[in-house]
Amino acid sequence: MEQITSNKTTRRSLRLRSFLLSAAAAAGVLAALAPAASAFTITTPEGASPNAHAINEIYILALAFSLAIFVGVEVSLGYCLWRYRARKRHAKGERIHGNTRLEIGWTLGAAGVLVILAVFTFVKLGSIIDPQNSGPEGEELLNKGRIFALAERKLPPSGKRLEINVVGRQYVWQFVYPGGTGPADFGPTYSYEEMVVPTETTVVLNVTAADVVHSWWVPALGGKVQAVPGYHNYTWFKISKPGVFHGQCATLCGRDHARMIATVRAVPPAQFEAWLAQRKHDLEVAGEEAAAARAKMAQLRGPQSVENP
Amino acid sequence: MATPQTQALTAEQVAIPQIVAHEVRREPKGWTSWLTTTDHKRIGIMYLVTTFGFFILGGVEALMIRLQLGLPENTLVTPQVYNQLFTLHGTTMIFLFVVPMMAGFGNYLVPLMIGARDMAFPRLNALSYWLLLAGGIVFYASLFFTPPEAGWSSYVPLSGALYSPGGGQDAWIYLIHLTGLSSILGALNFYVTIANMRTKGMSWGRLPLFIWGILIYSILILLAMPVIAAAVTMLLTDRHFGTHFFDPTNGGSALLWQHLFWFFGHPEVYIMILPGFGIISEVLPVFARKPIFGYKAIAASTVAIGFLSFLVWAHHMFATPLPLAVLIFMMLSSMTIAIPTGVKIFNWIGTLWRGSIEFRTPLLFAAGFIALFTIGGISGVFLAMFPVDWQLNESYFVVAHIHFVLVGGAVMTIFAGIYYWFPKITGRMLSERLGKLSFWLIFVGIITTFLIQHVAGLEGMPRRVYEYPNVGDLAAENLTSTVGAFILATGVLVTIINVLRSLKHGAIAGPDPWRANTLEWFTPSPPPPHNFDVIPEVRSLEPLRDIRAEIARATGVKEPIGTGS
Repeated sequence: MEQITSNKTTRRSLRLRSFLLSAAAAAGVLAALAPAASAFTITTPEGASPNAHAINEIYILALAFSLAIFVGVEVSLGYCLWRYRARKRHAKGERIHGNTRLEIGWTLGAAGVLVILAVFTFVKLGSIIDPQNSGPEGEELLNKGRIFALAERKLPPSGKRLEINVVGRQYVWQFVYPGGTGPADFGPTYSYEEMVVPTETTVVLNVTAADVVHSWWVPALGGKVQAVPGYHNYTWFKISKPGVFHGQCATLCGRDHARMIATVRAVPPAQFEAWLAQRKHDLEVAGEEAAAARAKMAQLRGPQSVENP
Repeated sequence: MATPQTQALTAEQVAIPQIVAHEVRREPKGWTSWLTTTDHKRIGIMYLVTTFGFFILGGVEALMIRLQLGLPENTLVTPQVYNQLFTLHGTTMIFLFVVPMMAGFGNYLVPLMIGARDMAFPRLNALSYWLLLAGGIVFYASLFFTPPEAGWSSYVPLSGALYSPGGGQDAWIYLIHLTGLSSILGALNFYVTIANMRTKGMSWGRLPLFIWGILIYSILILLAMPVIAAAVTMLLTDRHFGTHFFDPTNGGSALLWQHLFWFFGHPEVYIMILPGFGIISEVLPVFARKPIFGYKAIAASTVAIGFLSFLVWAHHMFATPLPLAVLIFMMLSSMTIAIPTGVKIFNWIGTLWRGSIEFRTPLLFAAGFIALFTIGGISGVFLAMFPVDWQLNESYFVVAHIHFVLVGGAVMTIFAGIYYWFPKITGRMLSERLGKLSFWLIFVGIITTFLIQHVAGLEGMPRRVYEYPNVGDLAAENLTSTVGAFILATGVLVTIINVLRSLKHGAIAGPDPWRANTLEWFTPSPPPPHNFDVIPEVRSLEPLRDIRAEIARATGVKEPIGTGS
């Protein structure tokens, strides 16, 4: 006990020192964070698509409430610690056991904030999960027949959308564009890593996985969609201006998970059609070249050398 | 003490026996006595030391992770080693550190705080410890062949035989089985002990709040652990015995694993934090010299959190194909948990209000816990709102969230507990100077490491990536985080030095160095094997304060009586 009982002055100076230290540390941390906070991102992306934009609005409301509650809690904690520090050894605190009104008050207060956040989320929910109609240019493109109907997913009111199958596999995203039934039928065309889409057009993604679980995530175009083998998962976006948007797989899918990138390039509808035609042509040419190579191989080494396993 | 009598005794010397004992056993000595002990205090110490050892291992893994991420496109470790590191780190910290560390505190303190001689089933208690150690050894033995690399959540099909053929994944499964069995047996023991062995006068309304924490911890373990045990058994038979529970190509479901895992995984979060909440509720009133504010509200919120924790699991799965009704239900239930958690925080601040706060190290860790855990609690509300979660989940935002909850939360409470009960366990005080230094390093380290990770996540950095490109501010953010991790590690090192030094050189503590209120401080430090010679009758939540008041009345000595009168 003797070692604990030191004289009052050293205790007081120790206490003072610990407070000065804490104040200095807090000030230091705040000073370090203030420029950091203004320089760094503290919100979700404002987004290049209506769904990402609505998520951002919910986030900002939650952030406003959170900051208020955070500051309230930290300030009252700091105030109590400072104001009620022991002024002499073994002084007694007040015999307060609680306060029922306060308990009810802060329970209802916390519940009230959560109700506001939940209601706001429900208000915004439609613009996040329900695809919108395409813009006029996109509508024109879609009228050429790039529709491809399956019943389970959410559709825009007009029912018209560009539907792209997104297939996750270790460690690359494959994008399969619709064959279509209209006059401008390109046949199923695919690309890897970079998805090219028309602007002003509602694009619905049908996300699947070929091997393990992956997650489709391009922050500017909305939230994550997990690609689970055996399941279909859906998301949508509608990009108004041409641009390039980056993302990558978000669920651990193996050793090169970090390299499984996803890029979405939005181009005007006319350019999209041209790109898709070119892509189809390139694939056909490549297919013919491969067939020729296989035929040559079969000639040289026998037919078993080119059989699919 | 127990030297056998060799001399014959005269009739006057023979006392009338109150209890007939067939023999008095010698107290076992030497290192082998640790292998055979069933004393809850020795088992508790073994738990605490072992799990702290695993904490150091998990910490070294964390530092290696941070070194790899210190620079963009770094090539310090290979992708394979990186995946192994975060799998080892997560699994170690959760299954071999936080959960059994709380069991260690519970083992040492439950009988002492409720005035019991030992746990209800002392041998089962020893078995729990040895199962835990076996689990740790089996898991770390995988370092000598292929460590697992599918993450601590081991999602299928990645953790299946096709994509993780190595034995490391099986070592992970056995770790879950062994530590799970250890936890289940331990929880059963805690529950029976608390329900049946409370001393005279200790009604449920006078149960210390740490004991409330351990009670709900035990119930959650008993309900959640069997689910993960079943899930990993299914994974084991899928891997080796030709079943297809999780195999989508043969009619199984990859989503089933996620449901089973998170049905266990979310209660697991509260298994890790509820005893810590209890530690804070013990420490704050002692150093504020004031009774706990809102005892009933804190106890009730512990029960409420325990109940709700079973209704929120799919908030870890918001991005999977789930019906909208499920998303909405899980969002509302997850948000509801914020209410009892908020109630706790408000009551803790209420406990400090109008107190006379003594800034000893345990109080610093407890106050630091409130400051940091608040951040983890608030970011949890963002993650409960499923549209927002679609942007934040599986990114560094979620890494920041889990670390504010588990490091800013659970680890801070563990350090508060170490500094608070070390004098009871060893009979010696820890150095206040080193303790405060350790606190400030850990506190600043946590903020520096994890606060900035929210930003990295918002900028689009997913979790579990071994490298990132040098775009935006990612390089600066990750470097900050790495520097913070080393500050944090230095703080932990200071506490290790403090413990090792104080074991020999610390000031002698005496039975009650803090002028605390609960029964463990009634007995000498360290307590004798039988815990108490006499157990006082409990008349309030603060039995020791009552005793000090009684002594003051009887002797007229005006001794300060702790939390006021």
